[in-house]
Amino acid sequence: MTTNEMYSLTVNGEHRDVRDSWIGESLLYVLRERLGLMGSKGACEQGECGSCTVLLDGEAICSCLVLSASAVDCDIRTIEGMSPLGTPSDVQQAFVEEGAVQCGFCTPGLVVAVHHLLEHNPDPAPLEVKEALSGNICRCTGYGRIFAAVEKVVEVRKANGAGR
Amino acid sequence: MGDVVTVHRPQSLAEAVAVAADHPGAHLLAGGTDTMVEVNFSKFKPEDVIALRQISELRSFSVGADAVRIGSGLPYKAMETGEIADIFPALAQAARTVGSPQIRAAGTLGGNLGTCSPAGDGLPVLAALDATVHLVSRAGERTVPVAEFMVGVKKNSRQPGEIISAVTLPRTRGYQGYSKVGVRNAMVISVASACFVHDRKSSSVRLALGAVGPTVIRCRDAESWLAAQVDLSKALTRHDVTDAITAEFSRRASSEAKPITDHRSTADYRRHAVGVLASRLLRRAAS
Repeated sequence: MTTNEMYSLTVNGEHRDVRDSWIGESLLYVLRERLGLMGSKGACEQGECGSCTVLLDGEAICSCLVLSASAVDCDIRTIEGMSPLGTPSDVQQAFVEEGAVQCGFCTPGLVVAVHHLLEHNPDPAPLEVKEALSGNICRCTGYGRIFAAVEKVVEVRKANGAGR
Repeated sequence: MGDVVTVHRPQSLAEAVAVAADHPGAHLLAGGTDTMVEVNFSKFKPEDVIALRQISELRSFSVGADAVRIGSGLPYKAMETGEIADIFPALAQAARTVGSPQIRAAGTLGGNLGTCSPAGDGLPVLAALDATVHLVSRAGERTVPVAEFMVGVKKNSRQPGEIISAVTLPRTRGYQGYSKVGVRNAMVISVASACFVHDRKSSSVRLALGAVGPTVIRCRDAESWLAAQVDLSKALTRHDVTDAITAEFSRRASSEAKPITDHRSTADYRRHAVGVLASRLLRRAAS
């Protein structure tokens, strides 16, 4: 009989054991179906839509294209780890205030991508925002309100004089 | 218990080589952006995988006076800006056309070479720069010119037990550029692509075409023809590169393409498109 190995992932700072997982499972699948973290969304399964975006060792990547068992020893941060449960992050708050959420399916991926962008570039030019979010497809908003939300976060962070 | 199916996660190249020697049929996994699409759509069922993600020596690069060695696991993101981009603008341009920021943070040249798709965005650049592929196995290291490494549609000359460790790109002096055509401006797989490199040191131009043949095509005829028309030891100018020369260069490049019709485009369109790319890049080189 063939069995799959048990391994553990570091997700949002916690060690999580992954049991009975098939070798080919993507990180997205394991996050959602094995670990119960439903925030990251799955749509295209081929790295085009960005709705599964998470941070892997600080880089925004598509979790659908990461072989889960290859991510042992990596620092994985998902949308659930962007702020304490029940308290929206400043990016989430700005999305709400600017009406950047319609159906909401792309939102978790976009929020992770915006956090990643502003961590590396606290005051991005409009074109830099567009490029940074070019891997996150939203079919509802037309992006205007999403860009407005990013601008708002930048302004709020500037006014607060600190990262967050 | 029986066999435990596992993903090997070597931490060093030496360890990876040892694992690959014991598992010569194992699938080598770089950024995952090709493999996982196949897995997610049930076209490939991995049984034995060596994940190269954690090998830091594969993610480094070193700049020498004559050449730059780029680790096979360096993500495209690291080629978009910075030292590599300054030295090889064509590579930076190609890197910027790969998928989305998320894909560029994961995808690598090693993966591009391993998959060896004719549409791989990095491959025309490697071909135009006469890059060398480094392969490491228990027997040691061997190097292969990239033109010999790519042998067909998704076929390369990597042997079982070998790991693509790096590519070496000789430095050139002169214009270089990459251009691609797809169904939209970004986030797209090439319908046709081209890389043009002018090297004043060797008085040569190189033109490599992607997605218009079973593997990347070097346009030897167009290259040598252009060398006979203009002095390539100097920077190209609009004065040397006339409209007639550009048109003939484009025509020769088109005729060297071997395109097929598939779900992405027709052979006729691809042949036309690479001609346009060739003339566009030559004009840019001369401006």
